[in-house]
Amino acid sequence: MNRIDVLENKSVYIIREAYKQFKKTALLWSIGKDSTCLLWLCRKAFFGHIPFPVMHIDTTYKFPEMYAFRDKWAKEWGLKLLVAKNEEAIKKGVSYETHDAFTCCDELKTKALKQAITKYGFQAMFVGIRRDEHGIRAKERYFSPRNIDFKWDYKNQPAEMWDQFKSQTEEDEHLRVHPLLHWTEVDIWEYHKREKIPVNELYFAKDGKRYRSLGCMPITKPIESQADDIDKIIKEIRESKTAERAGRSQDKEKAYTMQKLRSLGYM
Amino acid sequence: MVEKTEKENMNIVIVGHVDHGKSTLIGRLLYDTKSLPDGVYEEVKQVSEELGKDVEFAYLLDALEEEREQNVTIDTTQIFFKTKKRDYTIIDAPGHKEFLKNMITGASLAETAILIVDADEGVQEQTTRHAYILSMLGLKQVIVVMNKMDLVEYSEARYKKVSKDVTDFLQKLDVKPAYIIPISAMQGDNVANISTNMDWYKDITVLQALDEFKVLIVTESKQMRLPVQDVYKFDSKRITVGRVESGRINTGDEVHFLPSNKKTIIKSIEMWNVAERKTAEAGECIGITTKDPLFVERGEMMCTGDIPTPVDTIKASIFWMAKRPIKVNEPVQLKCATQKVECVIQEIERKIDSSTLNILETDKDQLKETEVGSVILKLKSPVVVEIGVPELSRFVLAEDDYILAGGIVKE
Ligand SMILES: Nc1nc2c(ncn2[C@@H]2O[C@H](COP(=O)(O)OP(=O)(O)O)[C@@H](O)[C@H]2O)c(=O)[nH]1
Repeated sequence: MNRIDVLENKSVYIIREAYKQFKKTALLWSIGKDSTCLLWLCRKAFFGHIPFPVMHIDTTYKFPEMYAFRDKWAKEWGLKLLVAKNEEAIKKGVSYETHDAFTCCDELKTKALKQAITKYGFQAMFVGIRRDEHGIRAKERYFSPRNIDFKWDYKNQPAEMWDQFKSQTEEDEHLRVHPLLHWTEVDIWEYHKREKIPVNELYFAKDGKRYRSLGCMPITKPIESQADDIDKIIKEIRESKTAERAGRSQDKEKAYTMQKLRSLGYM
Repeated sequence: MVEKTEKENMNIVIVGHVDHGKSTLIGRLLYDTKSLPDGVYEEVKQVSEELGKDVEFAYLLDALEEEREQNVTIDTTQIFFKTKKRDYTIIDAPGHKEFLKNMITGASLAETAILIVDADEGVQEQTTRHAYILSMLGLKQVIVVMNKMDLVEYSEARYKKVSKDVTDFLQKLDVKPAYIIPISAMQGDNVANISTNMDWYKDITVLQALDEFKVLIVTESKQMRLPVQDVYKFDSKRITVGRVESGRINTGDEVHFLPSNKKTIIKSIEMWNVAERKTAEAGECIGITTKDPLFVERGEMMCTGDIPTPVDTIKASIFWMAKRPIKVNEPVQLKCATQKVECVIQEIERKIDSSTLNILETDKDQLKETEVGSVILKLKSPVVVEIGVPELSRFVLAEDDYILAGGIVKE
């Protein structure tokens, strides 16, 4: 087995452990490369079928190319796609034109997710985060309990060792399951390449710019890049020293904005 | 096993007593291997100067502002650096007793460990406890670094004295360090560059020692073991899934399930989006279909080769990591691979303090936080354990799936 095989098998094991325990579950699909990779691993785990819904939290501010990608592959792969929006906030006029990024994120993403979890009664959510994304994410577990307010008590988390996870929840909890925790950004691309997973065109350089990570349009900026295929992207990341999310304006704020967002439940 | 198509990655954990220099060593490794993001070193240099200090390498890895304020590393963090040979992920593990379960979580992911000891202070409580945890986790690739040599004037005599202390207690734990390297994380001696301050030491730097270790050591075994994880029904096919924990499985093999004693023949090996497979090896998550209809559940052990006998009494060494103690005859869950049964500690034959390695003679009917017990476990129903198959020779004790202890099967 090579490195990617090892990563893949570990993820598949975790996905199957979580599904064994929780049938009321869903995969959070942000239409980006990581959650698409996770979606693919779920197809691996269940032999091409995904026995639970795939949920997109739609802030209504995603790139047109993302919606197109979502609809095309959801159909092709026979996904049970759920699209969740915070209709109330949208009606009230919460928008990037009139509100700051933090409020938009909280209202359109975090609240929308909370509403959806309550509505469908999900006990566990599969989320495609990685440890190498950000300092705070390094503190994550594979199985991470969240209380009713989405609070993450990162200082007092259950131990995990030898593939034994805390896979029971209390009454008022749900679990975030993070099968990609041990992957790096390069691994994600290596896997896309090996498995021939479709890639959103936004990731490839056009006129000297490409998106390294995808979020809401008003706060996602492309990076300077000539990488117009996967091999070039892999080479570019290997040689780069800047953080992946540098293109997102949220990060320009203080280091622990992310932590604040997180503890509020934004992925 | 690992093909060299891409650069390999190795997970290392750095453990040791608080303030012996873990964070500083990590900062130094990042700096010397040029693995820091642009601007970070300059920022830390500026902050250090404002505080009227030399460059505090430990600040480099403060991912959280909160950590910087309190000056302790609070949880397991992961940091990356590269050598020419491979990419490394450092799992930094907090030294404080209250973060023990975080430390164990981190260390259980590592393939290699660096145990750091302050040359001036010598072996302390957490030095011993962390070394014990490394031995429980079965980490075989260990180096010891003796830090802050600059504080002891790079003295060979001091190095020899502390080396002897370290070697003595590690011997008791059956941990054999590949090297004991005298360093100054702060000044950079013997980390990436060989020191000019210690003429008497002519061996190897920390980076060279790390590069000598191997990634993933898998032993080939004739005994195939696959703990059943789940059973799926897709396209009217019944697929039994699990991970091969040792040996190799082939279509056509006759397999034996324990403890139900069912037997059948493997019809197909199921994996998705790969060319048809007739065989699978240790580490692979697979599905199987069988010649005859098979009704087994999670927790059964699929075996070929020598068929083991399930047992309901286990002699083990356990490390109690929960705040609350456990008494003899108090029910807990035992989880070993996908097997899960209720059990009790029938007898505590001996218990030791993990920080001093002294035998404890008080409260002999219970184990408290950070105590290690040689125990006899009595299980409600039999399970398959096997010394020699890592996944089947270690287990956790849990309550509502909260891990309370890690254990190693002795007999
Ligand atoms: N003189 C000297 N001081 C050091 C050295 N390494 C670390 N220190 C200091 O020891 C203290 C504790 O170091 P730190 O890395 O935070 O320890 P940790 O608790 O193990 O992470 C800090 O004040 C460091 O500056 C060294 O090699 N020489």
